[in-house]
Amino acid sequence: MSTQTIEHAGKGVTDKAHRSLKSKARGFSDRVIAWWFIAPTILLLLAINIFPLLWTVYLSFTNSRANQPGRAVEWVGLRNYERILGSADIWGYMQTTANFVFWTMLIQTVLGLSLALLINKNFKGNGAWTTVILIPMMLSPAVVGTFWTYIYQPQTGIFSHAINFFVDVGPVDMIGSVHLATWAIVIVDTWMWTPYIMLLCLAGLRSIPGSLYEAAEIDRANAWQKFWYITLPRIMPFLMLAVLFRGIENFKMFDLVVELTSGGPGSITELASINLKREAFEKWKTGYSSAYAVILFVTVFGLGNIYVKALNKVKS
Amino acid sequence: MVDKPVMLKVGEATPRARTMAAALVILYALITMVPLVWIVATSFKSPGDSISYPPKVIYDPTLEGYVNLFTTRSRQTAEYIDGLGEPTSWADELVRKRNMVITGPSRFIGRFTNSLIIGFGSTFLAVFLGTLAAYGFSRFKVPFKDDLLFFILSTRMMPPIAVAIPIFLMYRKLGLSDTALGMILLYTAVNVSLAVWLLKGFVDEIPLEYEESARVDGYSRLQSFWKIVLPQMRSGIAATSIFCLIFAWNEYAFALLLTSGEAQTAPPFIPSIIGEGGLDWPAVAAGTTIFMLPIVFFTVLLRNQLLRGITFGAVRK
Repeated sequence: MSTQTIEHAGKGVTDKAHRSLKSKARGFSDRVIAWWFIAPTILLLLAINIFPLLWTVYLSFTNSRANQPGRAVEWVGLRNYERILGSADIWGYMQTTANFVFWTMLIQTVLGLSLALLINKNFKGNGAWTTVILIPMMLSPAVVGTFWTYIYQPQTGIFSHAINFFVDVGPVDMIGSVHLATWAIVIVDTWMWTPYIMLLCLAGLRSIPGSLYEAAEIDRANAWQKFWYITLPRIMPFLMLAVLFRGIENFKMFDLVVELTSGGPGSITELASINLKREAFEKWKTGYSSAYAVILFVTVFGLGNIYVKALNKVKS
Repeated sequence: MVDKPVMLKVGEATPRARTMAAALVILYALITMVPLVWIVATSFKSPGDSISYPPKVIYDPTLEGYVNLFTTRSRQTAEYIDGLGEPTSWADELVRKRNMVITGPSRFIGRFTNSLIIGFGSTFLAVFLGTLAAYGFSRFKVPFKDDLLFFILSTRMMPPIAVAIPIFLMYRKLGLSDTALGMILLYTAVNVSLAVWLLKGFVDEIPLEYEESARVDGYSRLQSFWKIVLPQMRSGIAATSIFCLIFAWNEYAFALLLTSGEAQTAPPFIPSIIGEGGLDWPAVAAGTTIFMLPIVFFTVLLRNQLLRGITFGAVRK
C-alpha cells in the first residue's frame, strides 16, 4: 500500500486550462456542456430530495394523516413543534440517542486508534489482517443485526456461552435485559464500525513524515512524548472526521436497532429515528412526525456542515 | 529471546514490539471473524442443532437450511409421503425425512432478484449521472461550484426515515409505491452524491495535459471526454460502481418502509424468515450467507480503495 495523500489538481490549474482551451472550442460551447453534464444530477436531487424535504416542512404545519387520504388537512401552525419540543418522552429518546452516540464513539475511538497504532508497526501480513478487520463494516446492518439476535440468545447463543467461559454468571440475556440492551447494540455497532475509525487513523498515521520522529529522537523525546506531541496532533483531523461522520450516522441509526431490539425492552433502546418510524408509519401521525423529521434534519444538517468543514481541512 | 543488536531505522518498531502488535491485531481480527464464521456454520446446521444447548461447534453438516430458504414445504402424514414414490431430488429426500413435501419455490428468489435489479439499475444510473457531473465539476467553471457540491453531499446526510414520509406520499400519487422503478430512482438519488464526490476525485487526478493535447489535435470537448478522459477513469468508475452497488444491496430503511411485496429487496425479507417457519435459524443463516458473500468478495477486491470510498473521496492512500 502506498502511503501518500494525493492532493487535488488545484483549482488554478483548471481555470487556466479552461481559458487556454476556450479559444479552440469546437462543437458545443463549454458552458452548454457543463450545464448538460451537471443538470441531470441536480434535477434528480431536487425531485427526490429537495421537493420531499419542502413537502415535509409543509406537512409539519398540518394535522395530515397519510392513512386517511380523504380527510381534510388543517393548518395547525406551530402546534406540532410545540408538542414535540415540550414532550418529555421525545427528550428521553433524544437522550437515548445521544447516549448511544457517545458510548459507540468513545469505545470505537479508543479501539480504532489502538488498532491503527498497532497495524502501523508494519508487521508481516498486516495488510491481510487489516482487510479481515474491515469486512464487518461493509455488511448490511439489518441483515447482520438479525443474526446477532441469534448470537445473543441467552440459552443457545454463543455470546452468553463466551461470557460464561470467563466468568460464571449464568445465561446472559443481552436483548431482554433492561440493563444490558443498550450494550447489546453498542457492541454490535462497535464490531461493525471500529474498522472505519481504524482506517482513517491509519491514513493519518501514514501521512506523518518520518523526519518528524527523527528530529524528536535527536531531542531525546520518549515514546509517550512522541505520541503526544507528534502523532496525536497529526492524526487529529482524520480522527475528528471519522468521529463526526460516524456520529452523524449513529445519530440517524435505524437498521441495526430495528432488527436487534426494535427499541426494547420497553423503550430502553428507542432511538429518535425508531420512535419517528413508529409515529410516522405505525400511528400514521404524518403532520406530527413531519415536524419531528424537520427537527432531526436541522440537527443532522448542522452536524453535516461541521463535517464538510472538517473534510476540507483534512484535504488541505 | 536473545537480544541481538539490530540496525533499526529511527522510528521503526523493534522486533519484539512488532510481534506484540501482530499478536494483538490478529486476536482482534479473529474475534471479528467469529460472528461471520458462526453465520456460515449455522447455515449448514439442522434446525435442531441450531437451537441446541450448549451451542454445537461440531455437528453433521446438512443443506437443510438452504433447502428451507429456497422452498416452501407442507407437513404431511408418513403414509402420504410413502405413497409418493421415489424422491425426485436430493432436496426432496432431505425434506421428506422431516415428514414434509416441497410445495414450491419460496419468495426468497424473487426478493433476491429484486435486490439484483434494483442494485444494478440504481448503480448504473448513479454512476452514469455521477460521471457526467464529476467531469463537469472538475473541468468547467461552474457558478456556485462549492455550494452545489455541498448541496449534493448534504442530501446524503438526511435521515432516511425523515425522507421516507414525503417519498411515501409522493410515490403513492405517482403510482411508484412498491415498484422497482421507484426504488431505483430513490437509490440513484442517494448514491449519486457518493458517485459525484468519488468520481470528481478520480477526474481531478487525470492530468489536464492529456485533454489539452487531444484538443490541439482537433478533438472537440465531447470527443476528448469520451476518448481520453473516460478510458482513464475506468478503474475509478469500477470502484465507485462497487460502492454504490454495496449501498443499494445493503439498504434497509427505505426498502422496509416503501416496499411490501412486488419490489421488496432481500434485507427486509431475510429477518422475516424467522416469523414464517418458526425459528428456522439455519434458513436465516443461509440467506445471510448468500447475501453477504458477494460483499466479502468485493471488500477484499476493493481493499485499497475502501478509505476513499468511505470518506467520499476526501482521503486517499
